[in-house]
Amino acid sequence: MGAPGWLKYACGKLIRLASLLAAVSIITFALISWSPIDPVQAYIGADMMKVGAEQREEIAAYWGLDQPPVERFLRWAGAIMQGDFGNSMIYREPVVEVIGQRFWYSLTLMAAAWLLSGLFGFAAGSAAAMNRGGRLDRSIQWVCHTLASTPSFWLGLLLLMVFAVWLGWLPAGLGVPAGVAAEHITIADRIRHMLLPAAALSITGISAVALHTRQKLINVLDSDYILYARAKGERGWQLYRNHGLRNIALPAMSLQLASISELFGGAVLAEQVFTYPGLGQATVQAGLRGDVPLLMGLVLFSTLFVFAGNTAADVLYRLVDPRMRGYEHDSRIV
Amino acid sequence: MNILQAENLSISFTRYTGWLRREVIMPVRQLDLTLEAGEITAVVGASGSGKSLLAHAILGILPVNAKVGGSIRYRGEILTPAKQARLRGEDIILVPQSVTYLDPLMRSGTQVRLAARSSDPLKLQREAFRRYRLEREVELMYPHQLSGGMARRIMAASAFVSGARLIIADEPTPGMQAEDVAETMRWFRELADQGHAVLLITHDLESAVTGADKIAVMNAGMTVEWLPASHFSGRGEMIRHPYSRALWNSLPANNFSLPQASFRKVSGGQEGPGCPLAACCELATARCREELPGMREVMKGWVRCHAS
Repeated sequence: MGAPGWLKYACGKLIRLASLLAAVSIITFALISWSPIDPVQAYIGADMMKVGAEQREEIAAYWGLDQPPVERFLRWAGAIMQGDFGNSMIYREPVVEVIGQRFWYSLTLMAAAWLLSGLFGFAAGSAAAMNRGGRLDRSIQWVCHTLASTPSFWLGLLLLMVFAVWLGWLPAGLGVPAGVAAEHITIADRIRHMLLPAAALSITGISAVALHTRQKLINVLDSDYILYARAKGERGWQLYRNHGLRNIALPAMSLQLASISELFGGAVLAEQVFTYPGLGQATVQAGLRGDVPLLMGLVLFSTLFVFAGNTAADVLYRLVDPRMRGYEHDSRIV
Repeated sequence: MNILQAENLSISFTRYTGWLRREVIMPVRQLDLTLEAGEITAVVGASGSGKSLLAHAILGILPVNAKVGGSIRYRGEILTPAKQARLRGEDIILVPQSVTYLDPLMRSGTQVRLAARSSDPLKLQREAFRRYRLEREVELMYPHQLSGGMARRIMAASAFVSGARLIIADEPTPGMQAEDVAETMRWFRELADQGHAVLLITHDLESAVTGADKIAVMNAGMTVEWLPASHFSGRGEMIRHPYSRALWNSLPANNFSLPQASFRKVSGGQEGPGCPLAACCELATARCREELPGMREVMKGWVRCHAS
């Protein structure tokens, strides 16, 4: 890929990203302004009876809630342009810091779930397709369909009951042990706390990956070039490694990168069930308690994250698939 | 030397129509064929006459729902699925018809080397590339970068490096210009001259007549006649079977003379006691409708017909 083509591609992507971010923030802001949640009421909570109407108005004025929504949005957008994401109302910290702390929890959780579902799903799907119609194929499909129809929060509760309550092997919640000083928390502690949410998050992902991989590999196995490869004496693992893996690796990778958006959605539920202090939980809190700056920050951040995943899939194809590479290497011109 | 002998070969498929109704179709019902080392044998027939299935049956790569009847012997031994698995790519190789048979994500040099049975695949591959007039840089090309001619050379090179004794070419010349056809046929002739047996599956009688030694004519899943290619000459006086003769006389070079009977493709599904061609053959007698003709030895070949 030459520099001009590369530059053009990057500029196009940037413009798309900017318009996406603008659209997402406008829609989110509009939805929040129409939502019935009164931020002041949500903030005061149970002390509502003790706070007078005047005080409430003062709080609203302090937050700028007395102004019309369009004006509030423009002020927020102006601040964003200067890199100021504002302060979270519920955590009373800058939004950037709240996201920064929680991002690492979510990132490790999602990365673990992403890798687990990707690897297990790919292996299961490949095994099923290579034994198409056999007993292994049917059992893998059966398990996948069962898992696919299992809600992840229910699976999370089930995991909690078995591993945290009955067996007591793993902690039931939080990102770190409660009542332990921060400097005494080990990486092992963090991993132990991450295991159950990661399992809940990845198990439902496995079935989608496995079924997609299986279908894709079956299409590949039905192709002319597999027939020819078999006619040349290739079979079994050799056939899979030479032609199967090669032809399903790319679609599988791009599917996996594009699935980051679903992973984000799943993380919201999984973190809620396991009271895991990640971005998903913060999103739920911000939404329920009308914390507009935090919610907007989270939405922008997750948009960026998902966009990065999709772009990575796109770029990967261009770099790896010989059919998508630039034409300067195309020797047909000779 | 007799390399391959198919006797009374039939291939049928079972498929479900609706919930429980099973349907058996038999695209190949009576196929007899003998391949000799050093010879090119062409199996000629209209599309849908079951020619490609023959190639897949010899290699043992038919779909799982296919059932094979009769027998195929390779060098005198019955071909079992286990034996076929051992011989594929070693003793028997396929030359497929189009670029879609190449792995789209593998460089062409690698694909040829995968077929090579040698301690030094690279050396053998380079030799094959020189032989088939492929430039060195084609090695690094992916199938989408190849022209149709290059793809054909790649597949011919794969057959060459495999060193297989029996080469099965499935429709190697469709839609090709005359000089390309001639070049392709020359490759097969070279291989035959080296002692390989070549099975050429084609619907192009003209190129088969010029390039092959023996011709087996197929229709309705049957080999109706087996004869030397040289018998296809003049007005077809030396051709015994009415279908073969009609096929020969309908060629543009033979004045397009319309066949004596309109041999439409006979559906492979219909089963009757007699010759499947009886319904559209002008020479058909009452016997043809009641009794399936057997193979009858004639001069330098055989024919499956009561009327000839």
